[in-house]
Amino acid sequence: MTAIEPVRKEVTIAASADHAFRVFTEGVDRWWPRQHHIGKSPMARAVIEPRLGGRWYAISEDGSECDTGKVLAWDPPRRLILAWQITADWQYDPNFLTEVEVTFTAVGPKETVVVLEHRDLERFGERAMELRNGIDAEGGWGLILQSYIDEAEGRPSAVQHTA
Amino acid sequence: MSVGKLASGLAVSRPAVSQHLKVLKDAGLVVDREEGTRRIYSIDPRGIAAMRTYLDRFWDRSLAAFKAAAEEENDK
Repeated sequence: MTAIEPVRKEVTIAASADHAFRVFTEGVDRWWPRQHHIGKSPMARAVIEPRLGGRWYAISEDGSECDTGKVLAWDPPRRLILAWQITADWQYDPNFLTEVEVTFTAVGPKETVVVLEHRDLERFGERAMELRNGIDAEGGWGLILQSYIDEAEGRPSAVQHTA
Repeated sequence: MSVGKLASGLAVSRPAVSQHLKVLKDAGLVVDREEGTRRIYSIDPRGIAAMRTYLDRFWDRSLAAFKAAAEEENDK
């Protein structure tokens, strides 16, 4: 299918590239939004293991872990690529892949431009067309998708994001 | 792609395929049209656009929180 425009964001950080890279990765728990969580109990901690192939996951209050993806490229303090492997129906799938590339460009000793690109978004649609056993026609999948379409269009969502 | 063609490639019955496609259609991920006696389904770009909008807003929020964390005075 035709490509969907990636999400591209840029932010300037008043800190060194080294510090910005470390806060983004080793410090992910300091900024990852708590409400974006697919586990059954609330999120206690977000983790990016700081190495190539490192896991990217969240630990719930009950101790269970939910994978988000992994580290595909590790080049501190300049560049990081993460695999975002959560599908449109909020399931982690090791065979599903969208990429999040983050670059850290020093423009001063305490100034870094951080650019993030989340790409391969058409794969959410391709994945939607793979009909899997167990899709619940009455609820589950359809409701979850409707909830974030509602959010995207500014309507209050009646559905909780729980796994 | 028609329902028949979709079903023929999957280990799922035609009625199950039709039911699943209705879920995808209700969720705004596929659109359909009639071609004679067949119903043809295709990806609805608006559904994927909704996912993109969600991620766009998610990354806005996340990067704002990241910026605040990275700029905390006692830790540079």
